[in-house]
Amino acid sequence: MTWTLLLEQFLNGFQLGVVLFLMAAGLTLVFGIMDMVNLAHGSLYMIGALLCATFTDWTGSFILGVLLALPAVLAVGIAVEVVALRTLYRRDHLDQVLATFGLILFFNELCRIIWGPEGMAIPLPGWLDGSIEILPGMPYPTYRLLVIAVGLAVAAALYWLVVRTRTGMLIRAGASNRTMVGALGVNIGLLFTLIFGLGAALAGLAGMMAAPIVQANIGMGESILIPAFVVIVVGGIGSIRGAFIAALLVGLIDTMGRSFLDLLLGTVMSVTAAETAAPALSAMAIYILMAVVLFFRPQGLFPPQGRR
Amino acid sequence: MGLNRRTIVTVLVLLGLALLPLLLGGAPFYIGVVARAMILAIAAISLNLILGYGNMFSFGHAVYIGIGAYAVGICAYYDIFDGFIQWPIGLAVSAAVALVFGAIALRTKGVYFIMITMALAQMMYFLGLSLDEYGADDGLVIYTRSEFAGLIDLEDHITLYYVCFGFLLLIVLGMARLVNSRFGLVIRATRFNEARMRALGFPVDRYKLTAFVIAGTVCGLAGLLLGNFTNFVNPDMMHWTRSGELIFMVVLGGMGSVFGPVFGAIAFLLLEEFLSDWTEHWQIVFGPFLILVVLFARGGIDGLLGRRNPSDD
Repeated sequence: MTWTLLLEQFLNGFQLGVVLFLMAAGLTLVFGIMDMVNLAHGSLYMIGALLCATFTDWTGSFILGVLLALPAVLAVGIAVEVVALRTLYRRDHLDQVLATFGLILFFNELCRIIWGPEGMAIPLPGWLDGSIEILPGMPYPTYRLLVIAVGLAVAAALYWLVVRTRTGMLIRAGASNRTMVGALGVNIGLLFTLIFGLGAALAGLAGMMAAPIVQANIGMGESILIPAFVVIVVGGIGSIRGAFIAALLVGLIDTMGRSFLDLLLGTVMSVTAAETAAPALSAMAIYILMAVVLFFRPQGLFPPQGRR
Repeated sequence: MGLNRRTIVTVLVLLGLALLPLLLGGAPFYIGVVARAMILAIAAISLNLILGYGNMFSFGHAVYIGIGAYAVGICAYYDIFDGFIQWPIGLAVSAAVALVFGAIALRTKGVYFIMITMALAQMMYFLGLSLDEYGADDGLVIYTRSEFAGLIDLEDHITLYYVCFGFLLLIVLGMARLVNSRFGLVIRATRFNEARMRALGFPVDRYKLTAFVIAGTVCGLAGLLLGNFTNFVNPDMMHWTRSGELIFMVVLGGMGSVFGPVFGAIAFLLLEEFLSDWTEHWQIVFGPFLILVVLFARGGIDGLLGRRNPSDD
């Protein structure tokens, strides 16, 4: 094991963490303010990726594809909120979970009809396809660096939105007491719709960022949804800051575990035993992390302040 | 139990299940569909104990189906075909896993509970995926069904059907007794006012954990049956979407009624069967149907049979 390999995997973990954060940010905002569990968040991730693939195919440019797909996902998100989810806010969590599970079935099948079972790959433009030498003798894919940069930029913008703007103030106020915010004359229904659209756009963006690496396909939403849940539970539901830290933590633990756990275990047990145990343990690592965090801090690491 | 509509329908359904192989003598396919529905009904009944009576929204219940099925599969992999060994192992492992998962999950409430049960189940799913020895995502083919010292021959599909039916009857009757016992009343009361139950001095957490373990163990039994029925086990049985389907069976049938999940499981499988016969894209109908049931038919099928007398269950 060399230091460059360690650094490379660290960056890969960081990149996964950034994508997870984009997913988790929407989930945690929607939950924090509307007290609503949305399983179909993964579907928006998938739809974002597939729309981006189609638009990239039409326009011949990945950047244009993203720019066209973003408002499209936003529109899908708002449509879903208005048509299906609005009636669910007053229901209990079980109803929300089940109804959004129905949405997943619907969207998966719809996308299978439109895009076919294989999905679509997104080819990268030449200037993104190469790699950059970030350290002497250590090239790293340009695209992954771009994902990290975009993710960090979005995180910063989101932080600014939530902490520094009037909309953000309403979001935070809604998270701690939405009845009161409504009573003070804020159009809470409109605020909900906007938040949901924002979350949908973030999930779609995450899907677009991930698609050139993993290919846009049916069911990609489900594979990211549960890790995103792990992130918001570990970070404390409703907290953007918690989601950011937990997303990086989960991304790093998952990636580093898969790369280095066998070597690490090899120092305390026989190499063959380590090679059998490591894949199983690294696949379970983030869930073990979640169980441990919940056992000691049932509210997550950074619960938002002032929740009822 | 008076002779009301619910009793009549329940008896008719049970009678129908008992006579089905005679009526459908030459149609093993539909016997298979119904046997599968009865197995999933057992799983749904067990889920209903924590979901409907205990108000614990577990989204990882399919794990115990997987554990039961893997108990058959892994034992058979090592040439242990004796059901008297396989089945206690399956039930014991289900109970042990439910004890650990329950102890962790019950530290949390509400939406955290949903998510942690889901995540713990996904953990087991990934564990199954990473076990190359036991076929990883291809799973294990179970060439020989459980053997019971020549007493019962599960290889005969009619016998297997009646074994499933027998267990279903047993679980229905057992669950009816359980929810009306002192234990069941404590669990149900906790659902309405947990703080008061604590104030009355009941160790609520211990009751809930016990219910969680009972539910897991009974679901493990369903897994043992399913492994024998399908001759196959793979990690997909534990995927969270399977857990979602189990929840839907409970809600479709009617939460918090002993027999509701049986209606739910049968209706679910028949619907799946007919819709997938009709179009390959059946889920595009099934998804919105699920949403409509949640929005407009919370009582489920059981709710169609009129108001329930609480002591009738």
